[in-house]
Amino acid sequence: MTKEELKSTLTTLFPEATFEENAFVNINISSTQVLKVCTELKENPMFDFDSLVCLSCVDWKIHFNIVYHLRSRSFKHELVVKAKIDNHENAEIESVRNLWMTAHWHEREAYDFFGVKFLHHPDLRRLFNPDDWDGFPLRKDYMDEVNIVEL
Amino acid sequence: MDVKKLRESFPGEIHENPGGGILTGKLEDVMNWSRANSLWPLVFGTSCCAIEMMHTASARHDWSRFGFEVARATPRQADLIIIAGTIVYKMAPVLKRLYDQMADPKYVIAMGACAISGGPFFYNTYSVVKGADHVIPVDVYIPGCPPRPEALLHAMIALQEKIKSGMTREAIRSESQAMLQQ
Repeated sequence: MTKEELKSTLTTLFPEATFEENAFVNINISSTQVLKVCTELKENPMFDFDSLVCLSCVDWKIHFNIVYHLRSRSFKHELVVKAKIDNHENAEIESVRNLWMTAHWHEREAYDFFGVKFLHHPDLRRLFNPDDWDGFPLRKDYMDEVNIVEL
Repeated sequence: MDVKKLRESFPGEIHENPGGGILTGKLEDVMNWSRANSLWPLVFGTSCCAIEMMHTASARHDWSRFGFEVARATPRQADLIIIAGTIVYKMAPVLKRLYDQMADPKYVIAMGACAISGGPFFYNTYSVVKGADHVIPVDVYIPGCPPRPEALLHAMIALQEKIKSGMTREAIRSESQAMLQQ
């Protein structure tokens, strides 16, 4: 599918979503819809997004964005899904680990650095930081007065 | 080997006799001389400095020429650790354990900006140790990001000179501080 076709098909399927366009087609959704949208994108043979290239987290100070870069190996088309989590204090989102196994470690990483809780993830432990680490170091409000020298 | 050169570098005297020769010297000096000329580095690298260290070890620069011979993959057979790269808080206990597992006498070179002070990761970092000498004592610091192989060789030869002088780290440090104060 071309970018325009993707956009129009997705608009009819998810009328509440908004779009941006840069190198990719970006679809903005709310964190509560993520499982519904992702299942559709993967299972629908029209899209066939069988590969999760990257799952990342962005801290916007008042909310989080979880960004999914999707790719279809059969159609060679790409899509970026941005799920907005409004609750910054107790950020929670549904795990997509059962759709794409790649998400298993990506979600552990996002949990490790941002403290975003992925619901129904089977093994949500820290990935890079030591297990006894206190806090989530890539959050904008992370403070460590002992170790961090501010510039 | 050139006997004349051996005479210059060997800490003692060579008495030539028909049918062989006798070497005399202070045992301590001979020990230090031999230690300095067969340092076995540990295979330890945490980032890009390690690439430069491998380069120093391989054909073009070949640190074997200066007596560093084989790099050892186990700390129990090594007596020199080159801290080649960034040390993060998660790596610090590993570095300490490796150092503890090495047999005495053991020597440490801090290679590159990260190992000296944290370097480019000094500010606004939650994970980087600001200088490997917070974890283990260091004999020679060599700046650079990363240092060129020539610079690393220079540091290693400086370490050999320190060993040949027979002084401890503390003695060398207090002597150089006294020189600075004069």
